[in-house]
Amino acid sequence: MVSASEETTKGSTLRNAFGGVLGFFILLLIGILAFSIRLFSVIKYESVIHEFDPYFNYRVTQFLTKNGIYDFWNWFDDRTWYPLGRVIGGTVYPGLTLTAGTLWWFLNSLNIPLSVETVCVFTAPIFSAFAAWATYLLTKEVKGIGAGITAAGLLAMVPSYISRSVAGSYDNEAVAIFALIFTFYLYLKTLNTGSLFYATLNALSYFYMVCSWGGYTFIINLIPMHVLLCIVTGRYSSRLYIAYAPLVVLGTLLAALVPVVGFNAVMTSEHFASFLVFIIIHVVALVYYIKGILSPKMFKVAMTLVVTIGLAVFCAFIAVLVALVASSPTKGWSGRSLSLLDPTYASKYIPIIASVSEHQPPTWPSYFMDINVLAFLVPAGIIACFLPLSDASSFAVLYIVTSAYFSGVMVRLMLVLAPAACILSGIALSEAFDVFTRSIKFQLPKALRTTDSSAGDTNPESAALPNDVKPEKHSSSDKTEDNLKERPSKKNRKKEKEIIEKVAVKPKHEKKKKKLLVLPLEASVVAILLLIILGGFYVVHCVWAAAEAYSAPSIVLTSHSHDGLHVFDDFREAYAWLRHNTEVDDKVASWWDYGYQTTAMANRTVIVDNNTWNNTHIATVGTAMSSPEKQAWEIFDSLDVKYVLVVFGGLVGYPSDDINKFLWMVRIGGGVFPHIKEPDYLRDGQYRIDSQATPTMLNCLMYKLSYYRFVETDGKGFDRVRRTEIGRKYIKLTHFEEVFTTHHWMVRIYKLKPPKNRIKGKSKKSKSSSKGNTGGSSRGGTAKRSPWH
Amino acid sequence: MEALPSLRRALVLLLLSFVAILDVSSSSSPDVVILNAERRIDLTSPIVRAYLSLKVQNAGTSEASEVLLAFPPTQAKRIALLKASIVEGKRKKKTYTPLSVNAIELPDIPNGAKLFSVSLLNPLKAGETVLVEVLYILTHSLEPFPTEISQSESQFVYFRDSAILLSPHHIKEQTTYLKTPNNKVESFTRVDPTNRVGAELRYGGYEDRAPYSFSPIIVHFENNNPFAVVEELVREIEISHWGSIQITEHYELVHAGARHKGVFSRVEYQSRPSISGISSFRHLLAKLPPRVHSVYYRDEIGNISTSHLRVDNQKSELEIEPRYPLFGGWKSTFTIGYKLPLEDFLFESADGRRYLNYSFGCPLFETTVNKLTVKVVLPEGSSEPSAFVPFPVEQHVETSYSYLDVVGRTVVALDKKNVVPEHNSFFQVYYNFSPISMLAEPLMLVSAFFLVFTTYIAYLHMDLSLSKS
Repeated sequence: MVSASEETTKGSTLRNAFGGVLGFFILLLIGILAFSIRLFSVIKYESVIHEFDPYFNYRVTQFLTKNGIYDFWNWFDDRTWYPLGRVIGGTVYPGLTLTAGTLWWFLNSLNIPLSVETVCVFTAPIFSAFAAWATYLLTKEVKGIGAGITAAGLLAMVPSYISRSVAGSYDNEAVAIFALIFTFYLYLKTLNTGSLFYATLNALSYFYMVCSWGGYTFIINLIPMHVLLCIVTGRYSSRLYIAYAPLVVLGTLLAALVPVVGFNAVMTSEHFASFLVFIIIHVVALVYYIKGILSPKMFKVAMTLVVTIGLAVFCAFIAVLVALVASSPTKGWSGRSLSLLDPTYASKYIPIIASVSEHQPPTWPSYFMDINVLAFLVPAGIIACFLPLSDASSFAVLYIVTSAYFSGVMVRLMLVLAPAACILSGIALSEAFDVFTRSIKFQLPKALRTTDSSAGDTNPESAALPNDVKPEKHSSSDKTEDNLKERPSKKNRKKEKEIIEKVAVKPKHEKKKKKLLVLPLEASVVAILLLIILGGFYVVHCVWAAAEAYSAPSIVLTSHSHDGLHVFDDFREAYAWLRHNTEVDDKVASWWDYGYQTTAMANRTVIVDNNTWNNTHIATVGTAMSSPEKQAWEIFDSLDVKYVLVVFGGLVGYPSDDINKFLWMVRIGGGVFPHIKEPDYLRDGQYRIDSQATPTMLNCLMYKLSYYRFVETDGKGFDRVRRTEIGRKYIKLTHFEEVFTTHHWMVRIYKLKPPKNRIKGKSKKSKSSSKGNTGGSSRGGTAKRSPWH
Repeated sequence: MEALPSLRRALVLLLLSFVAILDVSSSSSPDVVILNAERRIDLTSPIVRAYLSLKVQNAGTSEASEVLLAFPPTQAKRIALLKASIVEGKRKKKTYTPLSVNAIELPDIPNGAKLFSVSLLNPLKAGETVLVEVLYILTHSLEPFPTEISQSESQFVYFRDSAILLSPHHIKEQTTYLKTPNNKVESFTRVDPTNRVGAELRYGGYEDRAPYSFSPIIVHFENNNPFAVVEELVREIEISHWGSIQITEHYELVHAGARHKGVFSRVEYQSRPSISGISSFRHLLAKLPPRVHSVYYRDEIGNISTSHLRVDNQKSELEIEPRYPLFGGWKSTFTIGYKLPLEDFLFESADGRRYLNYSFGCPLFETTVNKLTVKVVLPEGSSEPSAFVPFPVEQHVETSYSYLDVVGRTVVALDKKNVVPEHNSFFQVYYNFSPISMLAEPLMLVSAFFLVFTTYIAYLHMDLSLSKS
């Protein structure tokens, strides 16, 4: 055996070196793949920032690069939430902005003249390459190099992640997913090595995650859960302590440095679990320590003593804590977190959160769309994680289980599920390939010769292990040894159950234990082919998703018709018009969806934007949109609004326009101002805009502004989104005037008429038409307003 | 109705100027006399072009070497270009020889009129006559009135000038023709004999007018041509000796006609294009050099998809459409960029210096540029730049950094105000350049990578651990 291993080391070092170079190039190619698959948006459209939130991040980055970091921290933005403004430095997760800003600064210090926009556009693809590499590292910690490379390859093109990180999608998630995976990797690395160096890096990586995304709470809850799991299953070790305690202490201190988190890092219930587990792990560490000192008998006595006293103190403590937490209205949880724990919470209490489509629960097809075949591979990966179960693989299982739950609550959190699905599918695929190729390797020589096969098998096994990084190898092999020591009985029981249930997985176990059982040659060849086809299907789907489904920037729309490509660039047309042809200090009111874009592209002050921090303010705009013209004018005038912007898709059939979002405006407005009642806008519970619509609906501002002079386009006023003729065709505006409508009518901008003209017009009208009622009310209105004049 | 006060103002001006004329004793050199002056002013486009042909006679005894031209101060400010040439030969054998024109200051000029002196090639001997042709181009001289119009109205403008040619010389006979874009002339001042036939107005002939005679006229007529004015244009011409010239042009465009008032209705604009928004414009045509490639058209918020490029051997035409139609007073900014092959524009002179030969003005068709800056970015390592422009411009040298520059690139910046399409003539920038500096950056990159790999190899061979374990 010794002589044989000496002989093989020569061959294996060569093979290792070759494998290392090959692995490096595979990883490099995976990085390139991850980057380039996200460039469809640039090739098909243009290098431009996408959608809504990225525009805000882009604007913040512009400010950062122009004014520097100190002005950025102190930035009070008066272009938004007029007249309240917003403290940007203290309310924004600065990770993404600082990353892109640093990248830009670095490039410019090398005199590479890239614009801030270009850097922002390509930040997300660059970081998805990093994320793929981080996945490799993480999975390597769980199941070795093969699984790592497979998982990295899967993550590089998982559609769910592509949807958030195509070139131009400059959003927090783009860098946060990398930070998430990397933090988990460092946690597992610390757990496997027990090195304080990695523990410190882990805290820093956690800090970066806190800087980047509110999703950091997922980390600070998942890791304690895992620690607790390890403790409960009797896996406590000093490595676990080193992996956890520094993270909580350093991580919390660092997290509190981020202005948007600040004292929340110790005050809110999201972080409570980590502190609880922090206490528990110390108690456990103490117990283990005492156990080591005392004799078993003494220990038992001490245990009973401590447990009785401890329980009493603990109960008192818990009671105080519960009382404290319960005294706060939201029980110390933020609205979004609460809606995670109770999926029905948002729809009941916070219409603003519920109105966002990405906060809705996903449908089954969206799972297929977003993680595709991974959904089927994940169970196999979970099973593979149990053979043998290590600290790291139990973490992977915990990760997939929790993220699967969260993704079921909000579509948006599918993004957290995707890396977990990739890791487990990577493990599953790699293990399956391992089994099939090994059985082929067994049987091919068998077909030629009958002996010598068993010796041939041990070599790849021993060759596969040294592939790991040196310091890590020892510990991991140590660990697997002691794992193997304590586990066999438990695992065999479990395995026997699984054998009955899952026939397909059975051969794997058998072979791990006793290398005699192998699959038949034909079966493994066919299975490998099938797996390759499955992988091919996944690749085809991912490329399709990247190219067709997720690459549209949503500010430019295209449609293919018989006479070629047609481009709808109406949003930018309107924003450019506002930018150049209105006064710098004019205020523009629109529904909050377009707030970020208006400030970033048109550089005009908005009333509300996508950072929905003030519900009342949004409700005010919602109320104005759902009020009749005169009341709306008064609301807007009180807010100093000069222009009102509405998005109208009826002419070209653009479905996500303001009329379709209108019910949310009514709901949110009605939530604060009770005189707006949703049933007033519904005919028999149905939302309609045709002649059956309610008079309240036909008279509200949104309806009027959307359909003003629309009938003159085709003579009937046929709305192509709602597929009906509009109910009120000839609309007269008295308090607003149309100042701009884009080429395809998708954006319409109205100006508030100045009060003087309005009064003149009113009095004339009341004289001519002698409508005593309206005239009287208007006169009353003027009398009321006179103190201001 | 509203025209009344301004008419009254014009009348007062007229009276004042007559008074001024009476005051003035003709102080200019009396020996040069203009026998016949014919002026044709083209008012069809927003840029006013006047062609003046003067038959000059030296009536004195001594030789005369210059002819003076005079302009009222308001007009002098708006002159974008003033060219004079001497005409020799007759009919088909006419040859034009350009003459130099310089602004001069003389004491005792009535009403602050600005004088320009045209230096004749050969001094005019006593009794000789010569034919001088002058072209002057005025910008911003058509004043929209009414100043604000709604979408359905068409645009009317005022043009102010003198029926009698302002001149320091005695003019024996003179006629002025004004050409308006169409027949719609609202009003015009009569200074008999005055005659209008179709789109042409004729003032004169007037005989024997004293020097500095002035008779203000106002013509009010329809002009719906696009009043496209580029408020500021920065053209960056970046030379790369690797084979291309990159040109980037930043435009700040404005519609300088009558301001748009009130509602903009898309439905009217789309359904009645011939009536609605007749003075607005959608398209601009840019004439680019042939063999242009990698053309882009964008603004600060991204690509603008409405443009067409037509390339042929002679020229390239880029038709661009701003994001929205421009009505009076509306503004837009955009950037055009394109690349050209280096060999078409960069040459080596006899003394071994390189020179760029490129056209100066704005490539947009019939557009005034209020402030034009041309920046020629020479490659890194070039020295002693000197620019030769056929008309006076302000020059200065800057340094810019791009693409791994260490010492920076020399930038020759040329500033000129009030630029019209006639300024599209070639200018040259000479500089010294040795081809070795082309290799500086590649070598820098190579050495940087080499350094990285060597340090990595060195690192791998070092043992940095404190204790041997």
